[in-house]
Amino acid sequence: MSAPLIELEGIATRLGGHWVHREVNLSVARGDLLALVGGSGAGKTTLLRQMIGLMRPTHGEVRLFGEPHHRGRRRERFARLRRMGVLFQHGALFSALSVYDNVAFPLREAGGLSEEEIRALVHAKLNQVELEARHALLMPAELSGGMVKRAALARALALEPELLLLDEPTAGLDPDRSAGFVRLIRQLHAELGLTMVFVTHDLDTLQALATRVAVLAEHRILAEGTLDQIRAVDHPFIQKFFRYHAAVDETAD
Amino acid sequence: MTTHAHSAPHFRHEGERCQLSGDWTLTALRSRLLFLRTQLRMSRGAPHWDLGGISRIDSFGALLLWRTWGLTEPETLIMPPHLQAAFDRIRPVAALKPPRPRRVRFAFIERVGRRVLREAEGLLEFASMLGSVMIETARLLVEPRSIPLREFSAALYKTGMQAMPVSALVGFLIGIVLSYLSAMQLQNFGAEAFIINILGVGIIRELGPVLVSILVAGRSGSAITAQLGVMRVTEELDALAAIGVSAHQRLILPRVLALAVAMPLLVVWTSASALAGGMLAAQLQLEIDWRFFLGSLPHVVPVQNLYIGLSKGCVFGVAIALIACHFGLRIKPNTESLARKTTTSVVTAITAVLLLDSVFAMLTRGIGLPVR
Repeated sequence: MSAPLIELEGIATRLGGHWVHREVNLSVARGDLLALVGGSGAGKTTLLRQMIGLMRPTHGEVRLFGEPHHRGRRRERFARLRRMGVLFQHGALFSALSVYDNVAFPLREAGGLSEEEIRALVHAKLNQVELEARHALLMPAELSGGMVKRAALARALALEPELLLLDEPTAGLDPDRSAGFVRLIRQLHAELGLTMVFVTHDLDTLQALATRVAVLAEHRILAEGTLDQIRAVDHPFIQKFFRYHAAVDETAD
Repeated sequence: MTTHAHSAPHFRHEGERCQLSGDWTLTALRSRLLFLRTQLRMSRGAPHWDLGGISRIDSFGALLLWRTWGLTEPETLIMPPHLQAAFDRIRPVAALKPPRPRRVRFAFIERVGRRVLREAEGLLEFASMLGSVMIETARLLVEPRSIPLREFSAALYKTGMQAMPVSALVGFLIGIVLSYLSAMQLQNFGAEAFIINILGVGIIRELGPVLVSILVAGRSGSAITAQLGVMRVTEELDALAAIGVSAHQRLILPRVLALAVAMPLLVVWTSASALAGGMLAAQLQLEIDWRFFLGSLPHVVPVQNLYIGLSKGCVFGVAIALIACHFGLRIKPNTESLARKTTTSVVTAITAVLLLDSVFAMLTRGIGLPVR
């Protein structure tokens, strides 16, 4: 198996006078569907932003496709970023562009493609995320929450990245849509052989999606492994995390 | 070291056979795209295609080949099963035509009509906002508890207090320039003493209010529009309505009142610094002592000019605030609309101020100008 796509080594982050992370080590192998879980304020999103390269850790190194984030010329750094797609929590669609232009944006940036090819590729992406062609001309403000996520996913997938980072992919969706979205992501994972890292709060999403789980708490990765392995870990935070959800599940039934 | 070295895409055409190998993904193809496109175009009719050597393919690679083949499979095609999915994805979309633009016969007339209707609608909304603000003002008389004092004070500080340094600086500089240029002309006629009349009437009655209005329209008008616009984008306006608080009462009224109060004060402040600048230049250029300048100012400039300047300030302030709020509330939740409406707001406010100024000039033409 090839080397990991993302490696975090000895990450320490200081934000607003507090240590968010002290010694975080994590690696993501090709084909992984890794869930990053942890309490509110544990620094999950911060860690994700560091993986994207939006933020630099105070200490330690983030390696993407084997290279540190800030190494290389501008062109090489950008080429590395284009092998990765990001789905932001609220979609982060460009509000001045239609859905079509949002999805076409990375393709146009790549250059060398004719408008006809871009049109075909955009519609292929929209088909993949199960959006209809008539939705292509809508503006982001006219979309429902679930459609925003789908459109943003289509944009993240436009360049067919090897790696997809998702911040709370199912937050703000109702259970039905959330299940639909999880199904979609699984399907894409199977079809495209993507590697995915996602941050979530939602135990249902976690169970349905993750092949590996990393628990972020007490400023470090507390435990890492399959869901069953994690459940078996005897640590108060983990026990509480899963027991709380179990209790909610029982009352729901 | 890279974890996943891209192998470059290759294309070989021998006789009837085309052989492809390497990565046929957008990232890998990008650097050799022009060359490969030419090669593919030349092999368009080739009947035998062997994709056996391709390690990876994405939608773009599949699309490129599919279009080369004329949207159908070639006679013989050797395709490893792991490439199939990419072709399945692009097959239904490869031949999509762009939606045909709607043709309208009298496009020009339609455009003009739409424009007129939109402006009329805007005017109507402005009128209804104005009415609603007046009703809110009246309501506050009966219901003094809900006077938005804190908002008023914050707006007064932001639009008035914080505008003082910049308006003083601009006023002072304009005063110097104006005085210097007039002095040179007056020297030709030997009428140096009239510099006091010119600066006094010109600045107090006309230049002070207009200068401040333009500054405030650019400074506070744009800020008000942008703030209301972002509140629309973040649904804060909806939240306010849901709590049962009128946006007109809580957001617009305090800003209108604040500018109505702050503007006359700013007019006095700016006129004073413009006169100070003028005085300095007069002293240097014409050797008119500043004590003499100050002493004769009340004699040559009737006090009505000050009242006119103050009331102009008040009216212009109200106009700027209302226009800024009007455009702020009409912003649609996207960045483009935010930018456009903020620009329109400032431009409209400045135009409106100049229009109102000429109305003032007509209405007050017999007041405060001694005829000798």
